[in-house]
Amino acid sequence: MTATLPIPHLVRDQPVIVIHGVTKTYTMGDQTVHALKGIDCTIERGEMVAIMGPSGSGKSTLMNVIGCLDVSSAGSYELDGVSVGALNDDQLADIRSGKIGFVFQSFNLLARTSALDNVQLPLVYAGVKDRKPRAMEALTRVGLGDRVHHKPNELSGGQQQRVAIARAIVNRPAILLADEPTGALDSRTSEEIMALFQSLNKDDGMTVIFVTHEKDIGHHTGRIIHIRDGAVQADERVMHPLVAADILRDLDRAAAEAEAAEEAAV
Amino acid sequence: MRMRQNLGIAWDGIRANKLRSSLTMLGMIIGVAAVIVLMSIGTGTQASITSRISSLGSNLVFVRPGGAPIQGGVRQAQGSAGSLTFEDAQVLAAPGAVPGALAVAPETATRQQLVAGNLNTNTNIRGVDEAYLDVRNYEMAEGEFFTATQLSTRALVVVLGSNTAATLFPEGDAVGKNLRINRLQFRVVGTLVSKGGSGFGNEDDVAMVPITTSLTRLSQQRTNQGQRSVSTINIKAENDKSVGLIKESVAAILRERHRLQGEDDFTVTSQEDTLATLNQVTGVMTAFLGSIAGISLLVGGIGIMNIMLVSVTERTREIGIRKAVGAKRRDILAQFLVEATMMSLVGGGLGLGIGILISRLVNGMQLNNQPLQTVVSPDIAILSVTVSAAVGLFFGIYPAVQASKLNPIQALRYE
Repeated sequence: MTATLPIPHLVRDQPVIVIHGVTKTYTMGDQTVHALKGIDCTIERGEMVAIMGPSGSGKSTLMNVIGCLDVSSAGSYELDGVSVGALNDDQLADIRSGKIGFVFQSFNLLARTSALDNVQLPLVYAGVKDRKPRAMEALTRVGLGDRVHHKPNELSGGQQQRVAIARAIVNRPAILLADEPTGALDSRTSEEIMALFQSLNKDDGMTVIFVTHEKDIGHHTGRIIHIRDGAVQADERVMHPLVAADILRDLDRAAAEAEAAEEAAV
Repeated sequence: MRMRQNLGIAWDGIRANKLRSSLTMLGMIIGVAAVIVLMSIGTGTQASITSRISSLGSNLVFVRPGGAPIQGGVRQAQGSAGSLTFEDAQVLAAPGAVPGALAVAPETATRQQLVAGNLNTNTNIRGVDEAYLDVRNYEMAEGEFFTATQLSTRALVVVLGSNTAATLFPEGDAVGKNLRINRLQFRVVGTLVSKGGSGFGNEDDVAMVPITTSLTRLSQQRTNQGQRSVSTINIKAENDKSVGLIKESVAAILRERHRLQGEDDFTVTSQEDTLATLNQVTGVMTAFLGSIAGISLLVGGIGIMNIMLVSVTERTREIGIRKAVGAKRRDILAQFLVEATMMSLVGGGLGLGIGILISRLVNGMQLNNQPLQTVVSPDIAILSVTVSAAVGLFFGIYPAVQASKLNPIQALRYE
């Protein structure tokens, strides 16, 4: 759990994400939907940021734009010094492969494929040669060093999400993006995932950005960007972020006490 | 680029859906096996015809009576006119008459009953001279062929083909025995080595008598002028180059002898002519069989396209995941193309194996009392497997392009 991954981008000190006036417009049938109406924001290297907002606020669209899965209709977006706005499909694929690690709410692992192979997938498309040791390293980092040959259906939800995180960090990306990473998990497992994110952020210096609609989860970060109706409503600094490791320790202690009480009662 | 990964990914895709993949491949297997079997039957038939024709001898020219026009303008079948005479043959056989000819052997043909003891058979009786054996490539198995004396004295002697000998003298002691043809008693002086094969104009199902005997004692056929007619004049050429010249000079001599102005009352054909005509017929047959089999190959290809399209829809999410982690369009394109090609190639390979197996089983099977001969030619095998791969590639293109165009976000949302 404590092995650290080298992050080559750390040395530079300009912001990793600079978004200026980004809009996104969809046409659904004959009606136009303005999903993003001019977003400005800057995220520094090594930050841990939560993007929050009600459904339909445009937070997922913003996430997709940041993750280079989608392109903005107007405005500029600079990721790790690269202007992303004018890139074509294949160039975006290169950015996704080289600079971004994406974690999804529903894990999105390949079925019938071992954890190790799932984690190797980004390396395959990045054309990396010695994939296995790097995939092993990433899986060890998320605490699944002993589960590498398991297939997704043989793993719990939390373990599947860890595989997905290993897959996201295996390419040593500039940013780790997560769309509702705890949405499909119970609160204890959610806390474990948050602990992992905090560790990746603190110990490995990785920039972590995730979307959530749960306040508790959002407060594990140092900064919450509130999105409403396609615009930034508030940019909140969290003075005392929740520390997932502490909460887990408390939970363990409570559970142990409850067990002891039960035993005493018997 | 990353071909090994693509092969691996495609192989995993095929293995992950064993039933679906094997059903898809079944189309290819049947298609290729059908091509192999049908083409091997076609090629085999062609080969057996070629060997039959060349067993007649080599560099042969056949002169046969042409269909003579009779009253009412109805043309009779070739060979039925009796316009070719023994004297024609003797003129052609005169030394130097036909340049390039090694030997000239006239022959008469009738079908009559042969009776030996309580056994009898109906067979081709050929009246031949001493040149015939060499011209038509026969060899003696036992006994001797006709002597010049036997020929000139119209002796009642007979040489039996191997089938005829076996039918009439099952003990194998034909030479020296007597048999009756047309109530005349003949003595068997020899038997012939089998030429093998069977089918049309079986070369072993014959009995040969001196042509002089045949013309005077067995066949009463005469030309309109009362001359003794023969059914064929066989001419052996020195080599394949002299065949054309022989055809021309024979035709010129006969035209003059028959005092012809208009149409010829004979035909001159070479072995190559016959071979070419028959090869044309069997070629058409083979092409016909092949095109039927080709249709099944096409249907197999469409089956692959069908499955690949379903597979693209079914694996939309997978494609989305791959794109999200950095797969480019061409990666997805390659994955699906390789999968389709691999499937049809494996199907083609299995089809090839099954096709070869079936043509082995079918080989020698009796069909209308004739053994079916099959020959799997390597070029057909290579062609059909190549075609199956090409079919897979071609029909894989559309689904693969569809897959590669998927938008990653929409693909990931797909349930």
